[in-house]
Amino acid sequence: MGEIIFYFGVPLALLILGLVVGGAIEASHLRRLDRDEQALSQIVVSDLRWLPPNWRASDGVLVIGEAVIATDYFKVFMATLRNFFGGRVRSYETLVARARRQAIVRMLEQAQAVGANVVWSVRIETATIQGKQQGKSGGVEVLAYGTAMTVR
Amino acid sequence: MIVLNIEFVPGKNIVDVKGLVQGNTVRAKHVGRDIAASFKNIFGGELVGYTELLIESRREAMQRMIAQAEQLGANAVVNVRFATSSITAGAAELYVYGTAVVVADAM
Repeated sequence: MGEIIFYFGVPLALLILGLVVGGAIEASHLRRLDRDEQALSQIVVSDLRWLPPNWRASDGVLVIGEAVIATDYFKVFMATLRNFFGGRVRSYETLVARARRQAIVRMLEQAQAVGANVVWSVRIETATIQGKQQGKSGGVEVLAYGTAMTVR
Repeated sequence: MIVLNIEFVPGKNIVDVKGLVQGNTVRAKHVGRDIAASFKNIFGGELVGYTELLIESRREAMQRMIAQAEQLGANAVVNVRFATSSITAGAAELYVYGTAVVVADAM
């Protein structure tokens, strides 16, 4: 009896912890991202290589933003289920989106610190961090970089 | 040293191209960060230790690229690109490359 509780009880407890605590962490992270993005919305961001011909730019600086966001137990469980049935893995979509938005926010904060009003030629790269268990993702790493400039 | 990931330097002209410069670094995370990360995999959230590790490693790779550019007599590196590859579960390679150029103020 004790063994059954141990084998099913521990994963179930972790699942509930992941759902409740992980969900709360995600919700507060999304609120923080909304607020930060609003504060940085006056900076023009583009992945174009060249400026429009009539723009006069000065003071170029490379700005880099980075974020590593971990998966939680519940997300991994949902993704494992999805791997069996197929379809959209929503739990990972939100994870990658959060990491990407956070990396962009950090890049823009650097741009704001140097007084730039545009960030040009933005490149975004995503890599996965391997988890403890073989074949399971531990999290995602996103790097966002671009050139911050002052355009008059 | 001016380091940019665009193909021009605002307010300046490129007068000479010195060639490709690159820098890399392979970093392993330590046990403390590893243990913290495995706890994070239950609750989710940001892995602050990893983020810091990546930022300082990336800075080191850039420093090596800049040292190469200085050796070539360049005063700017343009069209910089970053690449990350994980080598094993505990280590990652951070790679950065760009073109070393000489720039002068536009007339």
